[in-house]
Amino acid sequence: MGFIHPYDRPNSYIGRTLPRSRAKRAVAGRGRYTDDITPPRTLHAAFVRSPYAHAKILNIDVEAAKDASGVKLVMTGSELAEMCTGPWVGTLKVFENMKAEPQHPMAVDRVCWHGEPVVMVIAETRAQAEDAGELVVVEYEELPVVINKETALDPGSPVIHANLGDNKAWEHTLGSGDVDKAFEEADHVLEETFYFGRHTAVSLEPRIVLCEYDKGTEQLTIHTSSQCPHMIETVFAQTLGVPEHNVRIVAPDVGGSFGLKIHTFGDEIAATAAAIQLGRPVKFVADRLESFLSDIHARENRVKAKIGIMNDGTMIAAEIDDLSGVGAYSQYPRTSVFEANQILNISFGPYKHPNYRARAQVVYLNAVPTSQYRAVGHPIGISVGEFMMDWAADVTGLDPFEIRRKNIMEDDSYPRPIGSGIPMKDLSHQACLEKLYGLMAYEDLLSEQTELRKKGIYRGIGVAGFIKGTAPSPVGYYGAGGARIAAQDATTVKLEPSGGVIVALGVTDQGQGVDTVMEQIAAAAIGCSMDHVRAISGDTDATPYGGGTYASRATAIGGEATYQAALDLRREILHMAGILLQADPNELDIVDGHVVNDGSNEPRIPLSEIGRIGHFQLGELPNNYQPVLSHTRRYRLQDSPYIYTNGIHGAYVEVDVDTGWIRHLKHWVVEDCGRIINQQLADEQIRGGCVQGLGGALYEHCIYDDYGQLQNGTMADYVTPMMSEMPDIEIDHIQTPTSESELGAKGAGESGTGAAPGVVMNAVNNAIKPLTDGRVTEQPITPEIVLGALGKI
Amino acid sequence: MSEEMITVNMTVNGEAVSKTIPVRTHLVDFIRTELGFTGSHLGCEHGVCGACSVRVDGDVVRGCLLLAAQADGCEVLTIEGITDTGEISDLQEKFVERNALQCGYCTPGMLMTAAELLAQKTEMSRDDIREYMSGNYCRCTGYHAIVDAIESINNERLGG
Repeated sequence: MGFIHPYDRPNSYIGRTLPRSRAKRAVAGRGRYTDDITPPRTLHAAFVRSPYAHAKILNIDVEAAKDASGVKLVMTGSELAEMCTGPWVGTLKVFENMKAEPQHPMAVDRVCWHGEPVVMVIAETRAQAEDAGELVVVEYEELPVVINKETALDPGSPVIHANLGDNKAWEHTLGSGDVDKAFEEADHVLEETFYFGRHTAVSLEPRIVLCEYDKGTEQLTIHTSSQCPHMIETVFAQTLGVPEHNVRIVAPDVGGSFGLKIHTFGDEIAATAAAIQLGRPVKFVADRLESFLSDIHARENRVKAKIGIMNDGTMIAAEIDDLSGVGAYSQYPRTSVFEANQILNISFGPYKHPNYRARAQVVYLNAVPTSQYRAVGHPIGISVGEFMMDWAADVTGLDPFEIRRKNIMEDDSYPRPIGSGIPMKDLSHQACLEKLYGLMAYEDLLSEQTELRKKGIYRGIGVAGFIKGTAPSPVGYYGAGGARIAAQDATTVKLEPSGGVIVALGVTDQGQGVDTVMEQIAAAAIGCSMDHVRAISGDTDATPYGGGTYASRATAIGGEATYQAALDLRREILHMAGILLQADPNELDIVDGHVVNDGSNEPRIPLSEIGRIGHFQLGELPNNYQPVLSHTRRYRLQDSPYIYTNGIHGAYVEVDVDTGWIRHLKHWVVEDCGRIINQQLADEQIRGGCVQGLGGALYEHCIYDDYGQLQNGTMADYVTPMMSEMPDIEIDHIQTPTSESELGAKGAGESGTGAAPGVVMNAVNNAIKPLTDGRVTEQPITPEIVLGALGKI
Repeated sequence: MSEEMITVNMTVNGEAVSKTIPVRTHLVDFIRTELGFTGSHLGCEHGVCGACSVRVDGDVVRGCLLLAAQADGCEVLTIEGITDTGEISDLQEKFVERNALQCGYCTPGMLMTAAELLAQKTEMSRDDIREYMSGNYCRCTGYHAIVDAIESINNERLGG
């Protein structure tokens, strides 16, 4: 197909940078987020949340709250449970031997984390609901708290859920080759232990639902800030016993998502139940403190790593042992074990080592449940693998680029599996590495570093390669695991009577530019101007059932569905034009919205005429041809578990060796996300992803005390990156189209977050290397940790 | 307990408004829910993120840290107001062209602060821009494109 090659036709939008229409309204303050919508008679929900990490609920007195001004309903967890079809159990069949405690949307007789919802108050205003919440009296009996993952599996440890026997959610091992023998044969065996601090998404628009129930039609409509409207529809329908075809989910503009908004939360179910019970719209917005106490957390891990290296720098074996501290429950329906699973899958992923052994143990804690957050597992696996690679370079006297050149998989060696057994193809580690070497002017940086060290200025250069799993298949996890989460996706492309084209998407747009990318694909495939194409997403009544946007899948999966559906429409347009023009459709083409003779740009019939005749003037068409003009295609990966991408980051930092302060000066990325549809949008996904990763690596940390009390619940003490702290980020690409699809696009939304923590940790260690044998092995890399590595505290 | 009310008078986006509201109403809630100007957003409600930034008597302030009653008698401008006046139309166009926003939730506040910075009409480095804009958090873009857009408009305005 010729349509996917850049710039060889008037409507070749593939690869072009085009602006987003949604951006135009956002800059004028005319975005439409869920909280901007308030139907008449809307009520507001507030929640009484557990002040304890673990306690038995002895009694709940709601009488005073019920009598408070403006209050319409007070609902306890047990009352809500009666309106639900049953508790959630966050397991998937593919995770063998995984254990999970059933979880009610609000606590019923026991609270298991600080912040778990206990009582909901519905009132005329949010302020009144919060006032009444203060009048609810809950009597608790405190229970022993499990908050330290390192001791959670000790024989004497309290057990959070007695039915599970112990605190272990899941244990998993994988590998290949003979690891023990390789360690015996290695010239050097290096071992280190790493700690990663729990963090969370902090989307600037918090979680929100606006629930409306029509008691006449029994239709439930929920406006919500979601990445996955169809999945949310399914979970809400199941949980509340509403037939799924009567549920409509609308995700209008979504103010940041990052994986947080693929999940369902008990407080949202509660607000919906209230709307059903009261027959009035109910809105619930998590405030910022509630967000820290109830949004999913991620990445609380300890990883022990060990590698075997030969004197020439060849890595012959790698081993990792992960301990993941998840929350009080396994998040339904996606579970809380993916982080651990991905760490095992992708650690040391760019390298050829033939022997690999990995184990993960996942333990429950009395803390906020953890689950998928941007680049699941990758920041941890990449940080560990790339740290070990740099250490191996030091031990063998090689430059960090040189040891990677020696160990990375060759670009002409695919398909091949990596140590975890996952098949790789269409990757370009070598090309990316060489491009980065030039892009960051590595040799100049080395000279500058040497000169500045003489003046007592310590700068560090970091490099970190990666693989990133994107666009998962239905055979890998969710589908095979038994979850009702679509890993295929769908697009409907329709020709309207005006000749305009509507592209209705199962995938969604949270500002990445998915709508624009799909318009580019459809316009290019059909052969019309972008102005004539409009994408619709985020409304389950208007779009075909799809998985939504998660796991860097929108363009890779949804894009191919759009491409194929648009080609179907193109074929029908040419068929109809053939009839009308008495021409062979194979000798016709579509250019700029007009059917033309192939090879000519002279218009013969415009799409507006095809639309008019196809919708109104059917008498001009033979009886044996019934126009459809609306084509739906679905697309899924088949045999591969993911579409893997690869790339490499460079970082240049300055460390103040007296204060431990890190200044990130410059960041570079060379990435292969396959065929790029809109280069600027791809670049900005990568840049934004990097900064999110840098936040986790340098600042962000959900801190719990020994009693399971979250210590930092504001944006003043949970620190996300500010503009002045972040560097300019230079991006370049290698494009190796995936062989899985015709379009050839891979995912690009998460890899920045995956690799940035590892490269900055390597850069910091490179900066302090002349001064110490100590290394930074913990994230976030606070000044205290740097000073510790320097031996100063 | 009945809610204590107060009548406030102010000019918002050029129009005089008078409303009787609960005394505890924050300025940004007043603007959003009483007046329907939903362009100013609530990100943290404790003065950190900057998404609620509005201009009160010429200064950019946190709409979540000011009570509506404190703005009694003031002139208030929101993103809708400075869009209508065309004051930052060049910057808004540049934000779109450079894709200096993704989800757009922080953008109105970001533009309010950037307008204040650009009004200084002075040479500035990328680091100066980053320093000045640091009270406005963005979780999507990684900031680079925002710096590009502001830098480019400042250069255009100084050059013009």
